[in-house]
Amino acid sequence: MPGPASTTSGADVTKRRHQAKPRARGQAETPVSIRPVSRREALKYITMGAIGAVPLMAPGGVMDGLVADVVRGPDATDQISVTAPATTKSGRIRQWSMIIDLAKCDGCQSQGTPPQCTTACIEGHFAPQPMEWIEVYEADFGGGGTQFIPTPCQQCENPPCVKVCPVGATFSTPEGVVLIDQERCIGCRICMAACPYDRRFFNWGDPPIPPEAALADYQVEQQVPATRGTVMKCDFCPEMVRDGTLPFCVQACPNDAIWYGDLEEDIATNGRTIVKASRLISENNGYRLKEHLGTQPRVHYLPGHGEDVGRDPGVEGRMPTDWPWIERAEGAVSWTR
Amino acid sequence: MDTVTNWRERLISKTTRPTRVTTYKYWLWLGFLILITGNGAFQYWKQWQDGLYVTDMRDRISWGLYISMFIFFTGVSMAGTVISAMLRAANAQWRASITRVAEFITAFALMIGAGFIIVDMGRPERIFNVYIHGRWQSPIMWDVMAITTYLTASLIYLYAPMIPDLALYRDRLAGKVGAVRSFIYRTLALDWKGSPTQFKLLGKAITIMTLIIIPIAVSVHSVVSWIFGMTLRVGWNTAIFGILFVAGAVFSGLATLIIIMAVLRKTYHWEEYITERQFKYLGYMLASLALFMIYINVSEYLTAGFKFEEGSEFAFRQLFLEEFSGMFSFYIIFGLVVPVAIVLIPKTRTIGGIVVAAVLVNLAMFIERYFLVVTGLRVPLMPYEPASYSPNFVEWSIAASGVAMFCLLLTVTVKIFPMFAVWEMTEEHDAAMALTQAEETLMHEAAIAGPRLSTEVSPDSGRPAEGGAS
Ligand code: SF4
Ligand code: SF4
Ligand code: SF4
Repeated sequence: MPGPASTTSGADVTKRRHQAKPRARGQAETPVSIRPVSRREALKYITMGAIGAVPLMAPGGVMDGLVADVVRGPDATDQISVTAPATTKSGRIRQWSMIIDLAKCDGCQSQGTPPQCTTACIEGHFAPQPMEWIEVYEADFGGGGTQFIPTPCQQCENPPCVKVCPVGATFSTPEGVVLIDQERCIGCRICMAACPYDRRFFNWGDPPIPPEAALADYQVEQQVPATRGTVMKCDFCPEMVRDGTLPFCVQACPNDAIWYGDLEEDIATNGRTIVKASRLISENNGYRLKEHLGTQPRVHYLPGHGEDVGRDPGVEGRMPTDWPWIERAEGAVSWTR
Repeated sequence: MDTVTNWRERLISKTTRPTRVTTYKYWLWLGFLILITGNGAFQYWKQWQDGLYVTDMRDRISWGLYISMFIFFTGVSMAGTVISAMLRAANAQWRASITRVAEFITAFALMIGAGFIIVDMGRPERIFNVYIHGRWQSPIMWDVMAITTYLTASLIYLYAPMIPDLALYRDRLAGKVGAVRSFIYRTLALDWKGSPTQFKLLGKAITIMTLIIIPIAVSVHSVVSWIFGMTLRVGWNTAIFGILFVAGAVFSGLATLIIIMAVLRKTYHWEEYITERQFKYLGYMLASLALFMIYINVSEYLTAGFKFEEGSEFAFRQLFLEEFSGMFSFYIIFGLVVPVAIVLIPKTRTIGGIVVAAVLVNLAMFIERYFLVVTGLRVPLMPYEPASYSPNFVEWSIAASGVAMFCLLLTVTVKIFPMFAVWEMTEEHDAAMALTQAEETLMHEAAIAGPRLSTEVSPDSGRPAEGGAS
């Protein structure tokens, strides 16, 4: 069977997991906290901004950036509030990961519906139209026909988007998830230019959201409600997994094609079965998208074109995505991608 | 000595002319600029209300005309540095009459350029997050730092050599201009009396600034390119971007300077000071930069096209054959090849010809900035149909208002500030006069000694009479 070129062996996965350990421990000891900037401090920065030579002199937030880890985003004193990471029984921080079995994904052709993962994610997060945080691309498949590739944010371990953000609004959590703080994002969109997977979405206008979303308390891990002029993307739903359920997309897949798991404990589940993640990947020639870029995605793919659920690769096309609550988002503007 | 004083008096009267005489044409031009700026301001107000939704940018081509304008204007801002600092460092003897204009261009172009970054932001009201939460690792922060530093430095660099001229204006124009301008001159001229100590200090300050400002300028244009060069996109993911942007910046900065010089020269009859000589020398610089740009382009497209990595086919196709082929060929032919030809062919190497070349260069450089941004974003990253983008009315209005505001700033400045470095020009003139005198003596001796010597002396004599005639 013609499969994608790059594969990750099980050994590779294990190695990466071990490398992650010391960093993960260090992170666990740092309390995740917010450091609110007092008004006087803010004023100080603003005045210095006005005189021009600012970045050379401004202490605190700016200078601390120098010692912060390049990939980690804002430094320890400039953290964004996220819930404490989930840990294994022995206290190691869980490293969330996803394994998507393309042999089981038929783009919901057999259901006659839009891809259910996309729809569920949209409903669960009130993702504004036209955002598809998990987008099911249809790609030409080697040997003829097409394959469907559900593509959430790849949660890169070496994330190009985090590196470029000027304000640390996008950052990696100790669990390895890349999040965006829409209350801090300035809308410069350099992260969209930097993401090699087209996984970031911008609120060009006041986003179309249903009324119930507008009432929600904003959380970085849920991104509800959406606000204009900021970037959004798949947040990997760590809060759901901590609560003992699975992300919307995983729950919704009728073919159980999406596995969610923890590389630290080496475990993954599609909601039906529990398996050893590294084995699932290595025994099925798992690979990652654009591996050559070195972004180290946390999302793995098992090659295929829906053959496990009886899809004929020659039958092309899937139902277009829709936003079920869009009629309730009165007066909001919407746009195309 | 007598002729020198007369020359100086004539220069002063010519320099201060704009502050004394204002024609109806000036008001017409001013009104036109205000109209365009006003339209842009109105469109921006709409954008402020509704968000970037009012533009034609979308997720897949998420940067467009605004960012192109930002690169273009920061590029233009290179003018002041190249002309003043580089020529000052090289002690070129023909620069004095054009440095001031160049420095004003730098300061204004930078302000407008930085403005476009804010215009492009989704949440402009959160701009101070850059200072509160700034991260040094981000290329955007490098830009914020480089541009604020460059702006500060270039304002100092503009202001310091202007002090003696401001003092001159303070003394000469007292009672002839309104209270506001008198106040400006009095305040800004500090306590300049023109004593040798003051001149010595000023000379020192200028030398230091000259040495500092060149690396700062180079850094600005490099970090602008790194906004793109630090991504993994086909077409942007190349180390040549820094050099391409710096060279392109000098290129369009020179072209802008040529155009503005030509306009000022015509409007205020400054033919005696801005002569064909300045245009020719700037033309030569323009041509050599064009050749360098051709080299960079060949080097980039050859190395990328030879390997033809994933995505390159699409990138090359859109640039050479499809959507952007018109822009690309305009850039190569009219932006790089034709200007070289104009400057190299003696028949077209006139002021008019060089100005035409400069206009072509600026058009082409603007187009280059635009297609670099858009084509880079257009190469599909995943299996989806390539997006399309063309700036809409709002974006064009705001872009046009940027240009208009740039012209507006210059237009108003001409009426207030000395556009010539009178004291430097006088120095240059004195030196030239001394040279001519020495030369005459030499010629005299040569006439006795034989004809050979004189031909060796004359080519680089740099006589002011040469310019005065045109
Ligand atoms: S758009 Fe927002 S999240 Fe993206 S780089 Fe800019 S500030 Fe950071
Ligand atoms: S897929 Fe894109 S958005 Fe997600 S972590 Fe990687 S670079 Fe960032
Ligand atoms: S993990 Fe969560 S945010 Fe990401 S695609 Fe699935 S449901 Fe959407």
